[in-house]
Amino acid sequence: MNQSTINSIESGPRQPSVLRRNLLEFWYYFSESKTAVVGLAYLVGIILMAIFADFIAPHDPTIQYRDCLEQAPSWGGDKCNFLFGTDYAGRDMLSRIIYGTRLSLVAGGMVVILCLSIGIVFGVIAGYFRGWVDTIIMRIMDTILSVPGLLMALVLVAILGPGLLNAMIAISITYLPYFVRLTRASYITENTKEYVVASKVSGAGKFRIMFITILPNCMAPLIVQATLSFSTAILDTAALGFLGMGAQPPTPEWGTLIAENRDLMLSAPWTVTFPGLAILLAVLAINLMGDGLRDALDPKMKRS
Amino acid sequence: MSLLEIRNLSVDFQTVSGSFRAVDGVNLDIRETDILAIVGESGSGKSVSMLAVMGLLPWTAKITADIMEFEGRDLLTISSRERRKIIGQDISMIFQEPMSSLNPCFTVGFQIGETLKEHLGMDRNARKIRSIELLELVGIPAPEERLKAFPHQLSGGMSQRVMIAMAIACSPKLLIADEPTTALDVTIQAQIIDLLVSLQNDKGMALVLITHDMGVVAETAKQVIVMYAGQQVEQQEVEGLFSTPRHPYTNALLNALPERSLGLDRLPTIEGVVPGAGDRPNGCLFSPRCEFAQDDCEAQIPPLVGTGTNTLRCFHPVDHGGHGE
Amino acid sequence: MFSFVIRRVALLVPIFFGVTLISFGFIRMLPGDPVAALAGERDMTPERHAEMMARLGLDKPAWEQYFDYVWKLLHGDFGTSVLTNRPVLDEFMELFPATLELGMAAMLLAIIIGLPIGIFAAVKRGTFYDQGLMGLSLVGYSMPIFWWGLLLIILFGGIWGLTPVSGRISFLFDVETVTGFLLIDSLLSGEEGAFASAVSHMILPTIVLGTIPLAIIARQTRSAMLEVLSEDYVRTARAKGLSPLRVYGLHALRNAMITVITVIGLQVGTLMAGAILTETIFSWPGIGKWIIFSVFSRDYYAVQGGLVLIAMMIMSVNLVVDILYGLINPRILHTSS
Repeated sequence: MNQSTINSIESGPRQPSVLRRNLLEFWYYFSESKTAVVGLAYLVGIILMAIFADFIAPHDPTIQYRDCLEQAPSWGGDKCNFLFGTDYAGRDMLSRIIYGTRLSLVAGGMVVILCLSIGIVFGVIAGYFRGWVDTIIMRIMDTILSVPGLLMALVLVAILGPGLLNAMIAISITYLPYFVRLTRASYITENTKEYVVASKVSGAGKFRIMFITILPNCMAPLIVQATLSFSTAILDTAALGFLGMGAQPPTPEWGTLIAENRDLMLSAPWTVTFPGLAILLAVLAINLMGDGLRDALDPKMKRS
Repeated sequence: MSLLEIRNLSVDFQTVSGSFRAVDGVNLDIRETDILAIVGESGSGKSVSMLAVMGLLPWTAKITADIMEFEGRDLLTISSRERRKIIGQDISMIFQEPMSSLNPCFTVGFQIGETLKEHLGMDRNARKIRSIELLELVGIPAPEERLKAFPHQLSGGMSQRVMIAMAIACSPKLLIADEPTTALDVTIQAQIIDLLVSLQNDKGMALVLITHDMGVVAETAKQVIVMYAGQQVEQQEVEGLFSTPRHPYTNALLNALPERSLGLDRLPTIEGVVPGAGDRPNGCLFSPRCEFAQDDCEAQIPPLVGTGTNTLRCFHPVDHGGHGE
Repeated sequence: MFSFVIRRVALLVPIFFGVTLISFGFIRMLPGDPVAALAGERDMTPERHAEMMARLGLDKPAWEQYFDYVWKLLHGDFGTSVLTNRPVLDEFMELFPATLELGMAAMLLAIIIGLPIGIFAAVKRGTFYDQGLMGLSLVGYSMPIFWWGLLLIILFGGIWGLTPVSGRISFLFDVETVTGFLLIDSLLSGEEGAFASAVSHMILPTIVLGTIPLAIIARQTRSAMLEVLSEDYVRTARAKGLSPLRVYGLHALRNAMITVITVIGLQVGTLMAGAILTETIFSWPGIGKWIIFSVFSRDYYAVQGGLVLIAMMIMSVNLVVDILYGLINPRILHTSS
């Protein structure tokens, strides 16, 4: 990573060849873990599924087939062929789950973007300025951390009102401390290093030092945290949906799907099993990817 | 009778980029009360060979030897349980970093007592008495209080003394000291070496001293083995080695000692670097850096010739032409 | 050691104020009229409105309200539930033992199974056992708890009919509350089958709640052990000829435990969040279910009080864990002056 720091001290954009080399090196380490690559492939797969849902889903997720209520999964018959069965209102489970992919991915993505942007800014400010600014920011983060995430999210949703967007905002707030802490910790470590002193001595302004010089070198743990938060966000969004505080029916968010079919879980278990499996597989894939990322980005494990 | 007899010991490590030979054909023969020094640079394989004897290498290491016997018992095929009876009791080892070699969670007394309990079955009282004796033996003041101390409360020199106490607790026949003073202050180094030598004397132990400090070798060793890039290149009695080194590497090492360069403008060095895994020469491993190298040196690896404690791996040993004696 | 404890306790103070500020502000941030929300009445006449406002103390300046609030908290007054008209603290204390019992059982399960798995995986690093176990634990914490619970209910309750699926004990039994812990109380009651019923009701919820902590403990123990296993003192222990059990189980583990204890302590927050979901699914009468119910039924004082109480509980556990950590780590315990 030294090459890139030297480049960032000099003004001007990074040469494309350095970036390309870093990416190739990264891919070499990342692809050593087969499970991580599988995870990445699955993630890419469901992203594509979400984007092309209109073409992939066999049915419209909102159409209720009145004569096919609560049908078990079946295929190749003449009537009521639904691969994942139908729910209490006769809607195709498979299509609903496919459309639900959009919601989960967007929710996860939004949370990560919000947390990264706000978390980094606060972390940088706390790490750079120290003193009472640092203390205040960290005490606020400690306070958020002292309340369990789900509970905090519930309280926030109670204030903001139920719905997917509010759920995302609430969840972002509960994850914020992790990003702030991580950024701040990397910051403080990097701040004492010589290339920063060199930068200051050459007269670089505060803003430049904070965001252009130091920040790129703190990114590795942040990227890993972002990946893990992505998967946890999907879980928490589903949890809120399940409790009725997240996406509201008839939105086909996976957690909400489970909630609305809970009454028939014993008589029609597929209505509850498949959405949950969708959650499990998505989260698993992202976690596998995250593990691979962590191993690839960990400098201690680099071999020549 | 030979205490530790080793013929053609080799250790290969399985690594990501293939098999790496860390130790290549080492012979040694230690008798009771011998003091053997094994010298070489970092990476010469000197520690790995002794770790192989102790059975402390990771599972990625493959150990092969024609003979590897302790008191006639074959160490290659011995069961783990049998081996655990020998090490710590008949053969002991102390390591380079005393500060991190002691478990930070347990007291000094506990760690010494463990060895006594495991091998000698002593009860609590006997262990306490013996532990105090041992601490006195290694020159630690106020031993009774020290028993209750934790490792982080000890200095480097003291920690090493505790390690030595642990190692000699069961009166071993052979003590292996792997660079015991490298991590210590210079003033403490001399004390620790003196301690080891006096213990060796009093208890009639054999001592294997792994080091890269030629000064220590000159003062304490009786026999010396020189290792380079995993291979054993020379073995002689200490006087002979210092007055008439036969392998060019040994010769160059000695020439590089400051004590031998009085009157010269510049300190002699050995050009080049030790070959790594990827750039091993076809012939003699030292030939790229050897000032006496000839064509046959670069063509094939010289075999280890000689008997007992006098061996050499070189086609063209240094000719001292009558000097030195 | 003493200064260590003092510093840890001192940290609690700003957090306490932070949490109280949040719960205080929570009601003021609700959409609509706080007076109506807290009074539980709608369409009040202006006089009634003013009356309620004075009664609830909402006419005073905000900072004064906040100090009143904190003052009451410090005296144990956590407000009164709008629904049941009982002090929130009483409701909490009544339901807390149920959650505590479930949480402790889940934690016990997580440690008893997770710790050995982690050690074993570390010792057998790189082998099929290691990868398999770590793979399973990854699946374990990638699962949505509520789905896992429903799945177990479907399998064990529905299809195989092995265990009950809701409540703490069969309604056939009427056990007197002595400790609040049903496992103990049912034994004390002497009623036949009561204990067995209590145990069978606990099986599924414990498994569900304990799965994620188990997975996390297994992974963290493994990585802590791996770090420790490469340390010099483990090599020394082996060089002394000690048995593998002693080397790994005592020398290595003791050091790894320092990290693992911290991890275990951190699970308390996870358990609390998990309890909310688990109790909802299994109709387990604890504070998790209570707080959800309060949020839904707009019992804002209950939510407010519950929030502070839960946060305080977690903070206390974290403090205890921190102190335990100081006790175990000899460097902190025996700082040489």
